[in-house]
Amino acid sequence: MNRVNAVIVGAGAAGGIVAKQLAAAGLSVVLLERGPWYTPADCRKDDLRNQRTTVLGNAFGPEDLGFPRVVVDAGGVARIVRPSDSAYQNNAACVGGGTLSYGAQAWRYMPQDFRMKSVYGAPAGSSLEDWPIGYGDLEPFYDQAEYEIGVSGDYAPDPFHGPRKRRLPMPPLPANREWEILEPAARRLGLHPFAIPMLRNSVPYNDRGPCMRCRWCVGFACEVDAKNGSQNTVIPQALATGNCELRMRCTATEILMDERGHARGVEYINEDGRREQQLSDVVVVSACAIESARLLLNSKSRLFPNGLGNRYDQVGRHLQGHYYTGALGYFDHDTYDDVGPGASIALCDYNHGTPGLCGGGMLANEFIRLPIHMIDRLPPGTPRWGQGHKQAMREWHRRTIVVMGPTQQIPTAEARVTLDPAVRDKWGAPVARIQGNSHPHTFEIGAVQAKRAQAWLQEAGAIHTALMNSRPQMISAGQHQAGTCRMGNDPRASVVTPNCQLHDVENVFVIDGSVHVSNGGFNPALTIMAIAYYASAALVRGWKGTRYRS
Amino acid sequence: MAGTAATGAVCITGCSWRNSSRWEFLSNAQAETLAALADQIIPEDDFPSASQAGVVVYIDRQLMGPYRRHRGAYQGGIESADQISRKFCGVALAQARPTMRQEVVSALAERFREFFEMVREHTMEGYYGSPRHGGNRDAVSWRMLGLKEPPLRGRAHYDLSKGRGS
Repeated sequence: MNRVNAVIVGAGAAGGIVAKQLAAAGLSVVLLERGPWYTPADCRKDDLRNQRTTVLGNAFGPEDLGFPRVVVDAGGVARIVRPSDSAYQNNAACVGGGTLSYGAQAWRYMPQDFRMKSVYGAPAGSSLEDWPIGYGDLEPFYDQAEYEIGVSGDYAPDPFHGPRKRRLPMPPLPANREWEILEPAARRLGLHPFAIPMLRNSVPYNDRGPCMRCRWCVGFACEVDAKNGSQNTVIPQALATGNCELRMRCTATEILMDERGHARGVEYINEDGRREQQLSDVVVVSACAIESARLLLNSKSRLFPNGLGNRYDQVGRHLQGHYYTGALGYFDHDTYDDVGPGASIALCDYNHGTPGLCGGGMLANEFIRLPIHMIDRLPPGTPRWGQGHKQAMREWHRRTIVVMGPTQQIPTAEARVTLDPAVRDKWGAPVARIQGNSHPHTFEIGAVQAKRAQAWLQEAGAIHTALMNSRPQMISAGQHQAGTCRMGNDPRASVVTPNCQLHDVENVFVIDGSVHVSNGGFNPALTIMAIAYYASAALVRGWKGTRYRS
Repeated sequence: MAGTAATGAVCITGCSWRNSSRWEFLSNAQAETLAALADQIIPEDDFPSASQAGVVVYIDRQLMGPYRRHRGAYQGGIESADQISRKFCGVALAQARPTMRQEVVSALAERFREFFEMVREHTMEGYYGSPRHGGNRDAVSWRMLGLKEPPLRGRAHYDLSKGRGS
């Protein structure tokens, strides 16, 4: 096969952007994606088989057969899990990756989120660290993501965000019922509520129409294509340049190395199950934190016997995601208006600045819940089955509000991805083995956040509340997975440079959530996109000099 | 279409015909026990019970698909439910008097917790989940909760020409 300038592994939030930026700069690009390209017609609105409720399987991959992982619980017991098991820590496997079916919250991290160690100090036993780049370095690229991918919202009422050069390109969606209940309550508490920024059209944008406000949003593909991901923005643009070829149902298995320590391309399994090689000048790994680490670890060669970029045993460490806490409020009146996407109001008053806590997190109301989600969210003391349960479903389904948020994760080096010594996928490659948990301080932050959510609901008139604060026995990575190929200046304590280039191999880049040093108290998608624009710009600058050949 | 026809054919010769069951995986007797169990989890009141809304159809169908892995658990668990029932009142669960059924199911929930929790979860899925999978007949649970049916809200009340919600 013809040699190309760049092979990109993974057509998700980051890989799609990198493909577009490199192709637009004139590089020839092959974009490998293990899954297919779904369309709005694949929405299906199936509450038992989507990307959030997966009791009958993942709607957008991976399929259950052939792609296991191994997870190790707090007691050290390992078990094999299938992709639709929540312990798998899945993200979608398709063109667009998680951005096809996400809730599409579009958060910028705050300036303090990039300087966690300087601001708070690292709790003993944690691996909390500063990023080698700051909010100011990413600001232009946050802006680029907001305008190119498309974000609606209004930051004006929020005094806590970092400096921005301009407003978001689209106004927020009109208020829903929960906003009307929660907004005045937050004001009475002296807080600063505002509309959640969303990667969602509120007005026609990028030649597509606005959100039709149905309740089947998070976990589903958008039926009217108003939810903005890489699959309906940058990937079509990359293909339109004529410089990018998208190869779907192609799974990368190894980064190929030459004898001088340069990458020479990628080996992958094509859609017919045949092993192929694509030679290239540079390789970009954008497979999401767990699979990116796995691909590096599976790329063993004479010069890199422990995997690529893993000279100092750093690949796969500091795995993080988000642990959510909050509260349920039960009201004596209807709170449910059936107007999607549901999540509408947030506050950032609690992200930073609480004495004794290393950060905090954003709090927001939940996306619209379907009946199946209500089964175990009835008031404490409700019978779990029988007439009492059925009666309670009728009584409360339309009269609850959930407020919750992603807690700032305090990472540990022991929460990590390695290769399982025994279990292999259907192509014969060792699978990811996931173990460890966030630092205990994370759960202290989460407990405080849950009480804050409860207080907000009480002020809003909830007649009963219940805390949502169960402590997970293992890392909660999932769709927010990050941290396995940490960005840093010290090759002994990180995997990639501040430009997302492997310390060890100058023509291999890791560009996705893997490089996050810490993961903010926010949904990470917009930051992953900003990193992709930022790292692509650096890659193109370097390309014009040396083509990454020494 | 070819795939669907082939699956049907396998079923006719492989299970339905051989054991004269009208179910895809369960025997008629197993389905009766499961219905009696599911109806304790979601009983009939002004709205249908679990089995009346198609929960057994849902579970039976999934046992041919994603819940293939639970087949052994269902066969063993249903047998346990009938054993408890026979011990309590001399007949299988489906033949027990309504007042006895609740006692049998409570005992099952205590002694075979894992099986009961699984049936509870699957019953809730079948009753409150999408009708496309064989349960929630005529979207009865969604209407019971006061939700619009069909649930495609948005298109109907959204004026795309204005670009804002009504």
